[in-house]
This record gives sequence, structure tokens and C-alpha cells, in this order.
Amino acid sequence: MEVNHTGTNEQQNSELLKKNILLTSMETVLNWARSNSLWPLSSGLACCSMEMMASAAARFDISRFGYEVFRPSPRQADLLIVAGTLTWKMAGPLKRLYEQMPEPKYVIAMGSCANAGGPFADSYSVVPGVDRILPVDVYIPGCPPRPEALIQGMLELKRRIQNPEVARMDKHE
Amino acid sequence: MSKQMISSELFLRLQAQFSPGVTIIGEHFQQALLVESEELIELLTVLKTDPNYQFNLLSNLTAVDYVEYFEVVYHLYSLPLKQSATIKTRCTNDHASVPSVTAIWPSADFQEREVYDLLGIRFTGHPNLLRILMPDDFPEHPLRKAYQFTPDGEKG
Amino acid sequence: MGPQHPSTHGVLQVVLELDGERVVKAIPQMGYLHRGIEKLAESRTYTQFIPYTDRLDYVSSMGNNLGYCQTIEKLMAISVPERAEYLRVIMTELNRIASHLIFMSSVAIDLGATTGMMFGFRDRERILDLFDMACGARLTYSYIRFGGVREDVPAEFIEATRQFLADFPAMLTEHHTLLSGNEILHHRLKGSGIISGQRAVETGLTGPTLRASGVDYDIRKIEPYGIYDRFSFCVPLGTVGDNWDRYMVRMEEMQQSADIIAQALDQLPPGPVMTKIPKVLKPLPGDVYHRIENPRGELGYYVVSDGSTKPYRIHVRRPSFINLQALNEICQGSLIADVVAILATLDPLMGEVDC
Repeated sequence: MEVNHTGTNEQQNSELLKKNILLTSMETVLNWARSNSLWPLSSGLACCSMEMMASAAARFDISRFGYEVFRPSPRQADLLIVAGTLTWKMAGPLKRLYEQMPEPKYVIAMGSCANAGGPFADSYSVVPGVDRILPVDVYIPGCPPRPEALIQGMLELKRRIQNPEVARMDKHE
Repeated sequence: MSKQMISSELFLRLQAQFSPGVTIIGEHFQQALLVESEELIELLTVLKTDPNYQFNLLSNLTAVDYVEYFEVVYHLYSLPLKQSATIKTRCTNDHASVPSVTAIWPSADFQEREVYDLLGIRFTGHPNLLRILMPDDFPEHPLRKAYQFTPDGEKG
Repeated sequence: MGPQHPSTHGVLQVVLELDGERVVKAIPQMGYLHRGIEKLAESRTYTQFIPYTDRLDYVSSMGNNLGYCQTIEKLMAISVPERAEYLRVIMTELNRIASHLIFMSSVAIDLGATTGMMFGFRDRERILDLFDMACGARLTYSYIRFGGVREDVPAEFIEATRQFLADFPAMLTEHHTLLSGNEILHHRLKGSGIISGQRAVETGLTGPTLRASGVDYDIRKIEPYGIYDRFSFCVPLGTVGDNWDRYMVRMEEMQQSADIIAQALDQLPPGPVMTKIPKVLKPLPGDVYHRIENPRGELGYYVVSDGSTKPYRIHVRRPSFINLQALNEICQGSLIADVVAILATLDPLMGEVDC
């Protein structure tokens, strides 16, 4: 966990530590709490949702990381994992789901289809990448990505939440 | 694999019964009975109810856009007699309409709606002919050969 | 109800019209996963379309591959080596067990038995490991190709499959003890969601859903494709056609599939696994319809060729799409909670429904 030194030096910090006191900032603590307890919304769209379910099951077990609490209601979730192909017909409902989630909220694009349309990118009904309608924090490649890849993606998100000062790349030049 | 295709003899009998609106086309597993859309319902009713045929399962209903015309294809199966048959009918582009077979086989319901949605063929007599896969306000019939989508970031 | 809902098996919307707690109408609204696969087929070569078949019923990808490959093999009169035929049977039956385990997990979690879902997924992982060993993929394989299979299985695959088959009866017993013997499941599933055999045939139901209503229609038996006529197995049938029968039929089918795999392993001959065919296929103009028994029902492929390297038209007869027609009729007069159970036992898969 990152600890912000707020005007105290090494020696002062170790003195405080002996008294079971850690000096940090609210933001760091909140980020630490959020990143270790993401509540995903159960919103699988297609094939990738099978691997998402497999990662929640006993073998890959994302509850090791604190992420197993899938919420059916967007009001109670803070992570939207777009697992599968997004069609234009589903884009409206998905956007509404995202808007119903309270801040701070995060989006993971799981799989080729969510990243850029996948094998259906040239289809008349498929959105070529969920970042057309939502801001994406982490992209996980694969078709479908293995559960280990999803876990790595979620850990990447955790790293990102804990280090918000890292610049976000919005557009590729 | 196609051991139980309906025998050519039965096809010939049907052709005699419904002539001249019915022709046999193709060979072996590609053999089908091509029927004029005016006689479609009568022929299919016979195929379902006549004890020689008893095609009680509509296995598949689809259509193909051959540019000059549309062809609607029916794949039938008889559970009691263990035989299958392929029936085809055609309609023109400007009059893209065939009779609905939902009264004979209710299982045609969704399949006819799908053909209407994607190819634009109307099925007269269908109880609920609405789009089923595309959004209700989608202006085109995307499976038609004339519809070409180019992914340039815009909806087609 | 939907398209985002924990119990609608993907992006399905069911519009319910209720009279108090009772359902008057249950109309499924589909298309939220309509990816235009049939249109995409017209701009891909025949071989390039194989991965798209994986992504239709993505829980039974081996079966989808098999149906499509056999359709083209029928059109072009391509023969398949013996070893490949047996490997195909082994793979599709393993996939049937995996698919039914997903079904069982869905039924469990939709009715609130989370442990049942965990057990199903845990045991399915054994099968996914076998597939991983054979072709490197867990979910979408493209293993079955025109003229055979992609490559021969490694030596440890046979041993691992036998080990899985040895462990499987104990797994099934555990599932039966946990779920089939559970009183809550009995109350939820028995007597609800009834459809008669005759109505089931008229509405176009196929697969275990139809067999649960007592209709003996299994394409592996009545019109055997590949080498299915060499195996002896039973076709479980239901009697009442309620949710319970639809559940039990699939549980029994898992055991039957395990028996088929054991027979196939015993009969597996050595030899090549792929016929020599051109790299790019150009079938003669014509059309063909071929169907197989997929875990969800009759999966059919109708392919029209115009003599070029790309298909003129491919239509997939998707069992889940047609099975959903029965939803309204089956849900008449039931409670909302029963709608969840009915959807679970109809076992639709949205990738297949929407295509």
C-alpha cells in the first residue's frame, strides 16, 4: 500500500509505527479499499461470460482477491465487465446500466469483441468495441480470454485504482 | 446420412397430384419439390395430414436471396414414418410474399419472423409478423444481397 | 425481465404480462446478441466460417463444428478417416457432458443453490482440461475441420479421458445427492412448466426438451450421422413434460454420453486424422441441409453454394431459437418464480438464439 508522507521523516514514521499508527491520505485508503473489493455487475453478454463465470467458480476463484460479489443490480456494483459482443441493440441498455452505477465506477472490456468488435467487427449489428459508448479502464485480449487473463486484468485495474496519478491514455495517435 | 430422404416415387406421386404447379428439382440429397406459392398451403397440408406422408415436424424454414427471385425452403420430417423432404417455393422481388404455414406447423412462427426481419419476405396470414432480431426501427433487411454494410464507424 | 438479469441466460428480455402473480403472457424479445453471422458467412471462405460456428452455441462448440463440417463434407462427398470419426464422437460427447453440466449449474443457481453451480463448474473444468490438451482451447475450439480433425490427440489425452470417465460416476452421484435428492428442487420443478408431447412437436421443440415430454426423437438414433450407429446407448425420455423431466433427462444423458465415450475409446483405431483436401474449398453449385443432435436440440446447417470459394448463403437452424417459441405457452398461468425455472430447463443459449 502506498503511504503518503505528509511532512514526517523516516524516524518519525517508525516511531508512529511502533504505536500502531500509519500516516496516509484518505484517498489512498479509499482507493485501497475499493481496489480490494470490487463488486462486478453480472452483465455477461456472450461467450466471454462463460469464462467470467468460470473465474468466479471454485478453480480460479476470484474471491481470493475479493471480487466474487457479483451484484445483479447496477446500483450496487462498481465494476462493469463487458464480457462478449456488444450489438447496437444492446448498446442502449448497457449505457443505461453504466449510468445507473454509482461513482466511482470502472469498466473492463473483456475479450476481442468488447475490445474492438472481434471477429464480428465488420458486421452490420455489432459495435466495434465497447469504448465507442463507454470509457474503458482495462482491455483484456483473448477470444475468449482464459480466467487467468481476466484475473490479471482485474489486478491491473486494482493497480490502476491504487495509483490514480498515472495518466490515462484516452486516444491512440 | 440421407438414408431416409423421401423416395422419388412419393415425389412423383405428389407431382402428379399437384401438377402443373409442382416440379421435382435436383438429385439425391439435393432433391426438392418446387411448388408455386398458390399451391403451397394445399401441398403442405397434404404432406402433414396424409397417412402416406405424416410430416409432423417442420425441421427448418429459411429463405435465400437469388437476386432475381427469393426462394423459401422448408425441411420437413415425419416422426412416425422416419422420412424427410425438402419443399421450395419462390417469389419475386417486387412481390416478396408467400403464405404463412403457421396454421399447419406453429413452429414456423419465429422462423418466418426471422426471414421477414432479415430478408423482407412477407408471410401472409402470420399472426404476428414483426421483426425478431433487429431493432424494430431498423430500416433495412440486412440479409438481402443488395444490402452491403461497410464498417466506417457509422451504423449501416 | 432482462436483457440484463441474473437468470435470463444471457441477453434475453422476457416481457411478462401478469395478473397478480400469475403470468398471462411471456413474450421473449431477442436480438440483443444478433451479430449477423449469416451475413458474415457470405464474405468468408468456408474454412474461415468454422470459428464462427464455435461462437453460436458457445457451450457446445464441438457439436457446432461437427454439424457444419459434416454439412460441407456431405455437399462435397469428402470422406473422413476412421480415427477422426472416433475422435469426433469423443469430443462431441465430452462437450455434451460439459454443456449439460452448465445446464445443471444454471438450474441450481437460478433456483438459489449456489453450491450446485460450483460443483457443476468444478467438474466441467476436468473436461475443459481435456479439450485444452487436445486443441489448446477451453471454450471455442475449431478442432473439427473438413475431412477430419485438426490434429491427433496427445498420448496423455486417452489416459486422462479414461481417468475422467472413471471419476465421473462419483461426480454424478454427488450431483444427484446434492440436487436431485433435494426437496426444494422437487417442489420447484415438479409439476410446473408442463408441455405435452404433441404440443412440443407442433411448437418445434427438439432435443432434451422434447424428449422430456416423452417424444423419442434423437437424431443420433433415427438418422445417425458419422459413426453413431456403432454405439449402443439409451435415449432417456420423460413422462410428464414438466421442469423436473427436462432436468432429469439431461442428467441421465450425461451418463449415456460417458458410456459412448468409453465405447469410442475402446474402439479407437490408429491412423490418420485428416483427409487430404484442397486448402481452399470450391464446392459445386447446389444446396445441402444436414442436422445433428446438439445438447440443446436439432442443430441444422443449410448451405447454398454458387461454385465460388465463399458460401452463397448459410442458414443455421438453431435449436434454442426455435425452442423459445414454447416459452409463452409453457409459462401460461405460472408464477414469476416458475418463469425462472422454465427458462432454466428450456436451456436457451443466447449466442445461438440470436446468431
